[in-house]
Amino acid sequence: MSEAVRDCELRGGHAGHVTLRPLVRAQKIRTAAGERSEGWIDELRSDGAERDDAIGRLHALLLRAARFEVMRRARFVPHLRGGDLDDVALQSANDALVAVLAKLDRFRGQSRFTTWAYKFALLEAAVKVRRLAWQGREIPLEPTEWPRFADSGSSPHAQTERGERLGEISRAIDTELTPHQREVLVALALNEVPIDVLAERLGTTRGALYKTLHDARRKLRRALDPEEERGQADD
Amino acid sequence: MTDKTHPQEELARRLLGPAGPELGCDECFEELDRYVELELARGGDANAAVPGMRAHLDGCPACQEDYASLRALVEAEA
Repeated sequence: MSEAVRDCELRGGHAGHVTLRPLVRAQKIRTAAGERSEGWIDELRSDGAERDDAIGRLHALLLRAARFEVMRRARFVPHLRGGDLDDVALQSANDALVAVLAKLDRFRGQSRFTTWAYKFALLEAAVKVRRLAWQGREIPLEPTEWPRFADSGSSPHAQTERGERLGEISRAIDTELTPHQREVLVALALNEVPIDVLAERLGTTRGALYKTLHDARRKLRRALDPEEERGQADD
Repeated sequence: MTDKTHPQEELARRLLGPAGPELGCDECFEELDRYVELELARGGDANAAVPGMRAHLDGCPACQEDYASLRALVEAEA
């Protein structure tokens, strides 16, 4: 890791916690390369002090994005204090920096470099907060009980229709899906377990889990509305 | 729009997911920065430029959150 990044960690990290601010709106990120994406790429691919400087600025930018995300999600982790939250943001920025530098060749210039880089920091921070929010909690893979809904504002006909629809879906879940598809669908769609959390517990990836969810949903739609689903597939 | 959806309909929507072609999570992440900038650009047609993105965002809460955060951050920086 470069000296520039180490300096950033010391200034913004464990040595002295930085107070999180609710918004970055008033903190426009200044960069020596300005808005020129090519400038970022050239500097990050250069050598010596120029590269170290660019990495330091990139880390600062990622840290700001990570703090932005952590603040948006702080209500989901009420047990964490400001210093803990800032540690999450710092770790997210560090991990995002590694990811950005490793994937520089995949930057295609179809957005500003800063927008491209932000998404890595936001992803790292979001995943970390979701996992912290579910730390120690059991992951429900079975529908212990379907949720009950207050329905005082609906007509009896509408209530019956909605109830019947959910009944059909429930039966299709039991009859159409593989056990793995059923577990994934129930956890993600019924019990609203975050996909990153389930991926970590099951030792798989977010992409693989979503593929399973997608296949399960498609089976259900085909079972419930064969004609409509066939029409979609033909489009 | 979704605020007025009945909870039972919302549950059915989560269980059945979006109809039609959609991106996966990895492709969504690859395209997210371009999609957001196209959305924020005058005259940009993000949904035409990135087919399947909107359907995926409708079906994947995590990617929807990532999209909303990136869009909010870019807007805050503007």
